[in-house]
Amino acid sequence: MAQRQAIVLDSRIESVDQAEATAERVAASAGFDESERHRIAMAVREITVNAVMHGNAYDRGKKVTIEFQLSPDELVVKISDQGTGFDMEVVADPLAPENLLRASGRGIFLARAFMDQVDVQPSSAGTSVLLIKHRQPPLPTPPPHK
Amino acid sequence: MIKVTCRRIDSVTVVDLGGRITLGEGATVLRDAIRELLAKGDNRILLNLGDVTYIDSSGLGELVSGFSLVRKSGGDLKLLHLTRKVHDLLQITKLYTVFDVQDDEARAIAAFDTPAGASGAH
Repeated sequence: MAQRQAIVLDSRIESVDQAEATAERVAASAGFDESERHRIAMAVREITVNAVMHGNAYDRGKKVTIEFQLSPDELVVKISDQGTGFDMEVVADPLAPENLLRASGRGIFLARAFMDQVDVQPSSAGTSVLLIKHRQPPLPTPPPHK
Repeated sequence: MIKVTCRRIDSVTVVDLGGRITLGEGATVLRDAIRELLAKGDNRILLNLGDVTYIDSSGLGELVSGFSLVRKSGGDLKLLHLTRKVHDLLQITKLYTVFDVQDDEARAIAAFDTPAGASGAH
C-alpha cells in the first residue's frame, strides 16, 4: 500500500535544509541504506534549490510543494514551484570541458546522477520535477529449519 | 554550520574546514575566507576538507570559483583529505580532473613547489 506525505515550504534558503531533512527521514523509513539516503536527500535538496531560486525567485508569496509517495516498488518525490516555468533542460552540460569551471549549473545534473529517473515538467503555472528511486526487492526469506 | 581556521606552513596557508559547505552561510564563509587570503597576498592555499561532512552544488561552485580566483592571482589551490562522499561528488562532476587532490599534508605542502602535473596526485 502506498504511503503519501506532503510539505509546503516558503521560498527561502532555509526551506532547502527542511526539504533535505524530510527526504532523509522518508528515505530512512523506506529502508534505503545510508549511502542511498544521502543521494536521495541531496537530489531533493538540489531540485528544491532550483525551485526556490530559479522557479519562485525567492518570492515570499509563492510556495514550493514537495510530495513523497512510497510504494513497494519505488519512492517518488514530486517538487513543484509556482514560477514561470524554468526549463532545466537548457542548463549547459556541466561535464563539458568549457563548463567545468562554471560556478553553477550542477544541481539538476546531480539529481539525475543520484536518482533512477528524473522528469522535468515545465508549465506556465510552474515547474514540477519528479524524482524516482527504485527500492531494492527484499531478500528471500530462508526456509524454516526443520 | 561551517568551521574555518587558517594556519601557515612555510609559504602555504592551510585552511581547515569543517561542517557543511552548502547554499547560504557555508558557501559564503568559504568565499570570504579565500578572498581575505588573496587580499593579503596569500595565494598558495591548501583546503583541508577532512572534517567537511557535506557539500552541495553551491559548495562545489564556491570551490571552483575559489580555484579560479587563486589561479588568476598566479597562485594555486589544492584539496586535502577528501571524505568518501566528497570524493564521489568530485568524481561524478569531473572536478577531480580540475583539482590537485592530496591525502598527505606534508606532501601536499611540498607539491606547491612542484610543477603542475609532476606531483603524482590523483
